[in-house]
Amino acid sequence: MENYLTIFTEYDIPGAFWVNIQLTFWAAIGALVLGTILAMLRISPVASFQAIGTSYVNLIRNTPLTIIILFGVLALYGQLGFNLGGEFHENFFRLAVMGLALYHAAFVCEAIRSGVNTVPLGQAEAARAIGLSFMPAARLVILPQAFRGAIVPLGNTLIALIKNSTVAAVGSVATEASSVMKTMIEFRADIVIPIFLTFAIGFVIIVIPVGLLTTWLSKKLAVAR
Amino acid sequence: MRKTRFGTVAAMAAVAALALTSCGGSGGDADGDTIRIGIKFDQPGLGFKDGDNYTGFDVDVAKYVANELGYTDENIEWVSAPSANRETMLQNNQVDMIFATYSITDERNQVVDFAGPYFVAGQDLLVANDSDISGPEDLNGKTLCSVTGSTSAQKVKDAYAENTNLQELPGYAECVTQMSGGTIDAVTTDDIILAGLAAQPAYQGKFKVTGAPFTEENYGVGLPEGTDKCADINAAITKMIDSGAWEEALNANTEGTGYTPNPDTNPPTLGDSCA
Amino acid sequence: MSASILFDTPGPKARRRILAINILGALLGLGLLAWVIFGLAAKGQMQASQWDDFVQANTWKNYLLPGLYNTLQAAIYGVIGSVIFGLIFGVGRLSQNKLINGISTVVVEFFRAVPVLLMIVFFNVFFSRTLALGGDTAMWAVVAALVFYNGSVVAELVRSGVHNLPKGQREAGIAIGLTRGRSLRYIEIPQALVAMLPALIGQFIVILKDSALGYIISFNELLFYARTYTSPNGNVLQGLIVAAAIFILINFALGKLAEIVSRRLSSRVKKEKNAPVPVGVPAGLPPAAGDTPDKGTDPNPKK
Repeated sequence: MENYLTIFTEYDIPGAFWVNIQLTFWAAIGALVLGTILAMLRISPVASFQAIGTSYVNLIRNTPLTIIILFGVLALYGQLGFNLGGEFHENFFRLAVMGLALYHAAFVCEAIRSGVNTVPLGQAEAARAIGLSFMPAARLVILPQAFRGAIVPLGNTLIALIKNSTVAAVGSVATEASSVMKTMIEFRADIVIPIFLTFAIGFVIIVIPVGLLTTWLSKKLAVAR
Repeated sequence: MRKTRFGTVAAMAAVAALALTSCGGSGGDADGDTIRIGIKFDQPGLGFKDGDNYTGFDVDVAKYVANELGYTDENIEWVSAPSANRETMLQNNQVDMIFATYSITDERNQVVDFAGPYFVAGQDLLVANDSDISGPEDLNGKTLCSVTGSTSAQKVKDAYAENTNLQELPGYAECVTQMSGGTIDAVTTDDIILAGLAAQPAYQGKFKVTGAPFTEENYGVGLPEGTDKCADINAAITKMIDSGAWEEALNANTEGTGYTPNPDTNPPTLGDSCA
Repeated sequence: MSASILFDTPGPKARRRILAINILGALLGLGLLAWVIFGLAAKGQMQASQWDDFVQANTWKNYLLPGLYNTLQAAIYGVIGSVIFGLIFGVGRLSQNKLINGISTVVVEFFRAVPVLLMIVFFNVFFSRTLALGGDTAMWAVVAALVFYNGSVVAELVRSGVHNLPKGQREAGIAIGLTRGRSLRYIEIPQALVAMLPALIGQFIVILKDSALGYIISFNELLFYARTYTSPNGNVLQGLIVAAAIFILINFALGKLAEIVSRRLSSRVKKEKNAPVPVGVPAGLPPAAGDTPDKGTDPNPKK
């Protein structure tokens, strides 16, 4: 037991989780913005916009996240010299955030689209009947209801994002939880299982409340019909 | 009739299972004719699987030793031995010997036996040919690349240059790729691994090992505990060194990098490591 | 389809405007593509010498195809394991025995919350240190992690599939004298399995993508080979693009297959409640089925 407790003084475990939370936070904002734009493109009446949105979603959704993150650090930064500024380590952090955001935007887009599908036809008809054109109708009538209908899939995407933030490990973000755990279990062969359980339970503690919050929100905000 | 059909299905399933697992690496059990040697499959210049060919210094030494022990090249079965698995593979008798940049340490010596060393490596830096970095002290403000979680890079930071920017990637190959792209100033790990990376055709003449190793790693031949082959292997290594084949292999695998191993420790003198 | 919700059939003026925007959009899309290609060319990344590795037989024979073989192998083991795991714990969650139910719930919720990468890293060290697994420990580590995570997802699919069946199915089963367990086994689960087939194919895509995480522990899968092969040649960017393209092609085909199966099923089983969990959100939790009866996820509301 004492042996086990030393891992908390030797390694900064809360700090590692904090890195994952930060990655998740920034990537979630990016994914939400980009995903909303993509959803708008996909539901627009313009064929070429739809094509752009659809190809983005189909390409990104079918690519392993590992490749996307690795592409950022090896190809964009390493081969093309693409730099997101900041200090040396911040650049990798930002590249990882970018990769996570680009990847999850595809799922946010699909979540919102499924939310749009929950909006009854009458809502759109009513919006047009009072003279709203596409943009105002989307902004004032459709999307607010769509977001409410999309809470469950959006929450699931957020949970996936929290867990996927560990993949930043391939993008030279070596301070996040999975990298720290990797180092720890390589040097502390005596307590491999306790170390794994510590990190696993850490994620359970973060993920379960998000799941509960999603369920609660979706019930609270459900559009009564 | 029914039974036959079941038999066919079972046989097909078994064949499929065999076909699926056969590429795992540790096929046949120790039937006297072949010898199973664990090497790295992804370490160019040391142990590298290039299609059906295996190349590198570890491979060359392993072949020489195996030949001396009475096995022909065809009787060698190469097995992938990743760092984390090496002790377990020996303890479970999944391989007969391991030549995989395997440093002899007291901790490991408690669970496995070592012959050798057949090479004394040292932690060093790989830099661009025209770089002014000549040792770890010059790394302040520079960018250094290593494998995620490796102690070697941290050592540089702690002991020599605390203002080093450290980038950690999943493999050394990625580090060298980064350096050829110009975003990294130096890569650190054992000197011979660096030389092996620099000797790749695409990097010929681009990189050099600084040649100022600041640690000592004795690469040994990992053997199952209680083996009786140790003395024979040491004799084979000694013969390889004396005959000049050792130097030949070293030069062939680090060609074009201008790399010479630390002359104070190489070629190694084999003590009574088998005792 | 969604367009019809949002828009009237455009009149002549709107049609002209849409055409203009359409052309603008197409130009924008092409411009974006051109910007990427010319940007790469300016950096010397479009030269034939950077790409011709991928038209040589040797590259495919010795690197990409063996890598793909290993990827598919891990994915197939992963799928088989996940279905077995999912059936055991999905039925466990349907059990009326409090202990079995409790254990299954904890197991499923736990493995759904733990990142797959964390499990891969752990199992790799755990297997290589403690178990004498024949062959490639890295592959078994990947397979184990995939089975525990995706098996938990499948368990939820089984549970929601059974929950979404019309109540009459079970009632009929009990009426003809089956026990609760037999009704599950002979009537409910077979139907649930058929209904969740598209979602299962979707899960296969997730498994295939997540197997690329094995790269981190040097599992010799497609991405690993693409990287080892290209890094000494200085065309990692190209290698990653080729690897990504292979993944995209396979996954896209699987996605289409899921759609076809889904369409077949919905024409066969005319039950509105039977809407399968959308394939849309891989790598995450599927919509928690029991919790919110399809309010936000029903892809095809006809209310």
